[in-house]
Formats: sequence, C-alpha cells, structure tokens
Amino acid sequence: MPLSAEEIATLQAKARDLRCDMIDVTVWAGGAHIGGALSMTDVLTALYYKYLRVRPEEPDWPGRDRFVMSKGHGGVGLAAVLADRGYFSKDLLHEFNHFKSPFGMHLDGNKVLGVDASTGSLGHGLSMAVGMAMGARFLTQPWRTYCLLGDGECDEGSVWEAAMAACHFKLDSLTAIVDRNHMMIDGPTEEVMHLEPFADKWRAFGWVVREIDGHDYTQIGEAIEFAQATREKPVVIIADTVKGKGVDFMENQVQWHYGSMDSDLAARAKASIQRLAAEVQHA
Amino acid sequence: MPEVTGTTWTVYDANTMTQAEIYGHVLCDLAEKDPRIVALTADLARSTKIGVFQDRFPERVINVGIAEQNLFGIAAGMARAGMLPFVSTMSAFASMRALEQVRTDICYQNLDVKIIATHGGVSFGQAGTTHHCTEDIAIQRSLANMTVIVPADGIETANALRACVEWPGPVFIRLGRGFEPVHYAGDDYGFAIGKAVTIADGTDITVICCGVTVYHAAEAAKILKEQDGLSVRVLNMHTIKPIDEAAILRAVTETRRILTVEEHNVIGGLGTAVADVIAASGKGCAFVKVGLPDCYSEVGYPEDLYSFYKLDTDGIIEKVRELLGREFEADEDWEDEV
Ligand SMILES: Cc1ncc(C[n+]2csc(CCOP(=O)(O)OP(=O)(O)O)c2C)c(N)n1
Repeated sequence: MPLSAEEIATLQAKARDLRCDMIDVTVWAGGAHIGGALSMTDVLTALYYKYLRVRPEEPDWPGRDRFVMSKGHGGVGLAAVLADRGYFSKDLLHEFNHFKSPFGMHLDGNKVLGVDASTGSLGHGLSMAVGMAMGARFLTQPWRTYCLLGDGECDEGSVWEAAMAACHFKLDSLTAIVDRNHMMIDGPTEEVMHLEPFADKWRAFGWVVREIDGHDYTQIGEAIEFAQATREKPVVIIADTVKGKGVDFMENQVQWHYGSMDSDLAARAKASIQRLAAEVQHA
Repeated sequence: MPEVTGTTWTVYDANTMTQAEIYGHVLCDLAEKDPRIVALTADLARSTKIGVFQDRFPERVINVGIAEQNLFGIAAGMARAGMLPFVSTMSAFASMRALEQVRTDICYQNLDVKIIATHGGVSFGQAGTTHHCTEDIAIQRSLANMTVIVPADGIETANALRACVEWPGPVFIRLGRGFEPVHYAGDDYGFAIGKAVTIADGTDITVICCGVTVYHAAEAAKILKEQDGLSVRVLNMHTIKPIDEAAILRAVTETRRILTVEEHNVIGGLGTAVADVIAASGKGCAFVKVGLPDCYSEVGYPEDLYSFYKLDTDGIIEKVRELLGREFEADEDWEDEV
C-alpha cells in the first residue's frame, strides 16, 4: 500500500531529527563520514520506521528482517537510527571513537545491538546478505534481507560476484539498495571510475532494477513494496541521492565525505537541516 | 604546506608533514629522475596523500576506483611491461583484500612493485577494527621474495623510499596514519635496507622495535638510564625482512635479554622474526614480545591504544623492568651450550 501523506510527513520529520543527531555524533566523535550518512538518511528512515520487521527490545529476535550496511562507513548514520529506535541509549553515542568504546566509525556487530554484520571493508556486505537470504531459505523463515551499498563501493568486483549469485539462486527475499550519491573519496564516481550505464549493469546480472529519487518517500515506499512483491529475482533499488543532503555547505561537496565540526559549524548545519525540512513540508 | 625540492626535505618537513605526505613529495623527486615510476591507488589518493604527485604528474597517477584486487593485478602487469609501480592503499586492503594478487601476481613473479601501505597497525584507531591491520607484517614477511620495511617516522620513510628504488623485487613499506611522533633529526644516520640502526647502545637489555615504537623505546631508554641506572640498547629494526641477524645475535650475546615491541599481533611479526634468529642460534636469552596479545584491537585514538597495549614509553619501561626482574640463568660460557 502506498505511503499516506501523514506517514510521509512523519517520516520526513523523523529524518530531519535523525540528520540533526548525525551532526551531533560527528561533533562528539571528532569526525565522521557525514556526507554519505546524510545521503542515505531517507532510505534508512523508510526502512527503520516503516518497512523493517525488527524488535529493538529483542534485538536478536530470530524472525527479524536482516539489514546489512555494506557501506560500513555509514556506521555513524546507522548508530543514530538504532539509538533512536531504542536499541540502546542515545547517551552511548557520546562514546563514539572513545577508547574501548563499542562504537568505532565502522560498527562492530558483536558489540553494537541491532547490527547484523560487521562491515567497513567495502564490497563484503552483499555477499553476507546473500548468505543471510540463503539462510532464510534453508530454515524456511519468512524474513527479508536488505543490503545498503555505496555507489563507489560497486567498483569492487566482489559486489558483482555476489550479484551474480543472488540472481543464480533466485533470492527474491534479498533487496539491494544503492545510495547513488555520485561521489566517492577522490571525486565524482564518473570521474574516478565510470559506473554508467549502472542500471544496465545490474540488469545484465539478472536483477530487477528500480531507479528512484532517494529523498522522495513515495518513490522509496513504492520501490520497497515492489521488491517485497517480486518473485524469483532479487531487486536492486538505485536511489539517486545528494551527498551531504540537507546541509547547504555539504551538499555535493566531495570533501565532506569525512569531516569534523565544532559546535558553531554544527549549529549552522542543523539550522540548514531545519530550513530544508520546513521547505519540503510546505511543498 | 612547505616547499619541498630535491633533497632539502628533512627536519622541518617531517615535523609538519605526515609520513604519507612525505611519501608524495619524495615520490615526485624519484619520478623526476625515473620515467618508469607511476603511482597507483584505489580511491585513496586523498587518504594516502599522493596529491602532490598528482599535481606534478597527473598522467602518471592511475586511480582504479575502489577495487584493490584489480589495483595490484594492474600493478603487476605494468611492472611486467617495464614500469616501476608504487601502489598505495590502506594496509588492511594491501595485506588482506588483495593478498593473492600481491602474492601470486607480484611476489611469485618477483616483480618490481613497491607497496606503500598506509594506516598500518592501529594507527587509524577510531575507525574501528576493520580499518586496523595488526597482521600485515606477518602476512607480508611470509611471502617469498618480499622485502618488508616499517619506517620509524617520516624521515625514515623518505630513506626507505629512495632505497627501495634500487632494491630489486617487491617491497612492502608500512606507514601509519601520519600523526606519529618524529624520531630522527636528519636523514644521514646510515639507513640501509636490512641493517638495524642502533638508536642507543647498552649492555643490560636490548629493546628491538620498529615503526612508531622506535620513538617510544628511545624515550624509555633515556628514562630507564636516569631512574634505574639501566643501560638499554635500542635497535630500530626497520627492515623486518631480510632481518639483521648479526645485530640480533650481538644483542643475544652482549645483553642476553631482549624485548621486542611492535604495533602488531605478537604472532608472526617482528617478535617472531627475532625469535626465529635466537632459536636458530642455539643460545639462551630472556625474551619477551610486546604487541597485541592475539586479539582484535579495541577502538580508540591511537595514543590510547598504544598505551593500552604497552607500546608507548611508559609501557616499554614497565615491560623492561618486568623482564629484568625475571629469573634468568646467565651462563658466562656460551660455547658449552651450543
Ligand atoms: C575495501 C575498501 N577499500 C577502501 C576503503 C576506504 N573507503 C572508505 S569510504 C570510501 C568511499 C566510498 O564511496 P561510496 O561507496 O560511494 O560511499 P558514499 O559516497 O556513499 O559515502 C573508501 C574508498 C574501504 N573502506 N574499504
């Protein structure tokens, strides 16, 4: 069922607050991969506040949907979401990067509740997600597996090995989402290493492709529901996004892949997030 | 950033530039003289600081995107074609992700590929364990034909780079993240691949170290002399392979107590390389390896981790005192033991 106008407004408000939390964590952590956290926030919000069947009060619930953050440097963004969903206290986010903290920039699944796979080295997540989807099949479990990838990450050959396997094994319980923010560390993806025609590549590997605006909840919702209903083939959602989304001085700025902020800059960032969210609500 | 030309990069540069930045500058100098030199990276030109090289020789930088296996395979092909590739990426990806390419394409074919691995050990502590590499020395030294160098600081990085151009075959140079303290005041202290540098001479105990621990061991030796009246020998074993056996054997016979200190798992790295030499000599020696006790590293800023794993000045002092307190049968006549 398509998302209602109220649902969309609620998700937008949630995403606004989460983006502000991510800015806070970036300050506390002394630096974070904030650009790519902000680009994926709307997709994460839709998943964690609408579509993922999870029980934060029972993080290890065997029947939960699985989520693999293959772009493991999205850890700061994911942690903000998990804290807000109640997996652990938000106070813990102050400990990011501190000595012996469970929270490093790339989350450790053995230490942080709600994290299904320890990631950080790019190009591993989709294979693990394939394994989880196969596990569901062997165990005749109804859970679904979602995997979020970076677009630059898709340079890794291992992503395509996993893509081939997902199609070969007809893993329709697996959904890949690519945060297509068009940037990596050294510059725009198309300058560093051409990805286009990107959707065609996935199609050639046997996937059903949905290309959407990754900041538009109607489209995000439609694509996830389409993936849930698709049989015999895995679906990839290519979510066109803006790196640094919501913060005027970070949007599409490659140097904000990873950055640190003092409290003044953080205040400016949050003001920008509030302003943009208000504009979206009025539109 | 200070201007760096010819061989004038030395002290002030090392104090203001990270190891990796110095790498970029020195590589420029080398590339000026040797047209075979090319720099390869995998979306880490920024992080590995080869930016200056990119400005000077844009056509000699090859960025393959985030694809480390391809990176090392391409480097092997270029070396086969007669080029001299310098490949830089984080040590975790050079040592683990692309290991088979490094081993089979580069080492097995004994190709002239120089690997500059940044973010070694726990130097990127806050990134978390996926971005640490406390296995790299063990992995790389087990590859036949590979030379393994762990420079103490930026100055030594520059020396190692210049030396590796003349040194045949694959070379692995392990750097930190760049915020490490500088040990050397100048570059003319007699660096040679495979020859340990005596940082301090001593007769009571030898501390053998590499990388960031050299600075700390040197500090520890000074403090131990002042406070405990100890004569501590400090050897900078910058080349882990081929290791300086003679220097180790001298330490065995002359000091009879050896402590190895490395930012690495205690299995397979510097300590193991030293232990191999001691064991083969047939001579007894009180011996302790300091490093990560076969575990995955904690998260935290590097200084906190160095302190936790006893790799900093205080930790080394503590370990030296422990080892000196240990019972050890000192037999004056080595000959009857052999
Ligand atoms: C195997 C591997 N190689 C390199 C890196 C270093 N690295 C971290 S993030 C990043 C860029 C990622 O770009 P992209 O996947 O597009 O992510 P986003 O732009 O969404 O942040 C790189 C190269 C890594 N984490 N893992």
